[in-house]
Amino acid sequence: MNVIVEREKSLVELEARLAQLRERDTASGELRALETKVEELRRDMFGRLSAWERVNMARHPKRPLASDYLAALDAFDELHGDRHFRDDPALAGGFAKLRGRRVMVLAQQKGSDTKENVRRNFGMVSPEGYRKAKRLMELASRLRLPIVSFVDTSGADPGIGSEERAQSEAIASCLLALTRAEVPIVATIVGEGGSGGALAIALADHVIMAENAVYSVASPEGCAAILWGDAARAPEAAERLRLTSADLNTFGIVDEIVAEPLGGAHRNGPAFVQKMLDAVDGALSRLDGLSGETLREARYMKYRRIGAWRDETGERAVALP
Amino acid sequence: MPPIPEWLRLRRDKSVQPEDASLWQKCPRCNEMLYRKDVAANQWVCTRCGYHFRMHAYDRINALVDGDFVEIGTEILPGDPLAWTDKRPYPAKLEADREKSKLTEAVVTGFATLDGFPVALGVMDFNFRGGTMGTVVGERIANLLEEARRRRLPCIIFTASGGARMEEGMLALMQMAKTTQAVERFMENGNPFITVLTDPTTGGVSASFAFQADIIIAEAKAAIGFAGRRVIEQTIRQKLPENFQTAEFLLEKGHIDMVVERHDLRATLVRMLDYAVDRRRLTPALKAVPEFALQ
Ligand SMILES: [Zn+2]
Repeated sequence: MNVIVEREKSLVELEARLAQLRERDTASGELRALETKVEELRRDMFGRLSAWERVNMARHPKRPLASDYLAALDAFDELHGDRHFRDDPALAGGFAKLRGRRVMVLAQQKGSDTKENVRRNFGMVSPEGYRKAKRLMELASRLRLPIVSFVDTSGADPGIGSEERAQSEAIASCLLALTRAEVPIVATIVGEGGSGGALAIALADHVIMAENAVYSVASPEGCAAILWGDAARAPEAAERLRLTSADLNTFGIVDEIVAEPLGGAHRNGPAFVQKMLDAVDGALSRLDGLSGETLREARYMKYRRIGAWRDETGERAVALP
Repeated sequence: MPPIPEWLRLRRDKSVQPEDASLWQKCPRCNEMLYRKDVAANQWVCTRCGYHFRMHAYDRINALVDGDFVEIGTEILPGDPLAWTDKRPYPAKLEADREKSKLTEAVVTGFATLDGFPVALGVMDFNFRGGTMGTVVGERIANLLEEARRRRLPCIIFTASGGARMEEGMLALMQMAKTTQAVERFMENGNPFITVLTDPTTGGVSASFAFQADIIIAEAKAAIGFAGRRVIEQTIRQKLPENFQTAEFLLEKGHIDMVVERHDLRATLVRMLDYAVDRRRLTPALKAVPEFALQ
């Protein structure tokens, strides 16, 4: 059960009434009063979201998916397969044009309905998906194409087959490939950023996060199960994990936040997708023209710094950019 | 050359396996009651059935190195960036683990020689927060790889980890990216990066430096994987076969170079170094540990 979807249900009737009134007379006092009321309700409901509410926003069934971002590109030609085992539909990748730029795109792809979700394994990528990603990262580096990724996964696939085919090695190799890439890398966290499975395509020079997306070391449910042996305490765990865009921005893990309309990105999906692509375009234009060496050095320094510890005396808190 | 400060020296005569009031240790596999001193003297391998107990980092170092071990990174200590509390505050958990494990964090890093080969050596320890990787583990590992690169030394890391450290949230996850940066740079130095995966090696550690090495050795019977066994069982709603995610299983699937019993580890590592490193390149100064470590 999605707490945001539940909350939206209470608005459905009022919105239907609003539509009715609009059809009849756009200037009636009743209409204006109702519009104000709905707006107020919406602000009450969505104006200040808790971490758990944002988790539900990120998982909202109507939230724009990777396919919506891919469809909004000037052009996209998917490149399939890891050349060894199979093509993983949970991760789409290929050549694209973004605001006129030639880029390599990688996107974790959830399905928009149950059937599609089963085919795409709910966006949980298997080793062959990460190996395809690694292949495309290396190709992009050779062809001097910037890499743009769209992250939306609850995590890497935790199945038997994935373990048999070395999920750890597949993710570890993506991290190395991104570290080596001689081209700009821009990652966007558009929905769920599930731990190492997300990071595998999100180690980047510039990380953009949708306001209500989440990016976490563990799922709130998994975290609650470990801490209290009770997955139902997920809302509490979500709060503690500091997984919101604002939190991650203060940690220096996320460089830029793209604001969402009140009520979430799905309130106006196409406009939000464009806004995100604009942000990617802006980041790419800032990284444009930097040499491979400069990019790699900056990337090294960026990740080398992230973290927080204290030195022996306990006096000096180090890092946290 | 300044003398090695006393506090940097590891006392080889001191076993640091966490104190357990009892003299006896029961083997979980063969159920034999073993005399603790005998097990310790046998590198924490059951004297009856060969079961490998989890080993303390300093015990492992003692069993491996020729002489002294010069530890680095001890000044890097955990903070509490998220002001984390669950059943207990994070700092209280750290304090309890420090007490219990006699460690300052979940990895010990430093320099030593193995049969005359100077190496940078990192050893993770499951006794401290389940070997989880927070900022300090990431920082010490990255430092070790950077120091190894600077001194043109091979680097050997023993892994033992439950994954990323939840109490440090995303800052913990980012250590995967940090250690990867250091691994990638290290690989330019023309020396081998060797990992030894010990029980258990999972999650963020297995999906970063553990599987980025040139040579990957697993200790016999160690549990190694990305997802934890319980997570997989809950996902697929069935019991997994006994050997799933063991070192032997991974060898069969082609994920690792070899499976080695604990008693053969030192000899195996020395052989690998002997192939990968030209002994003629070792200068007298490099051979004399710990002096080289201070250069
Ligand atoms: Zn036994």
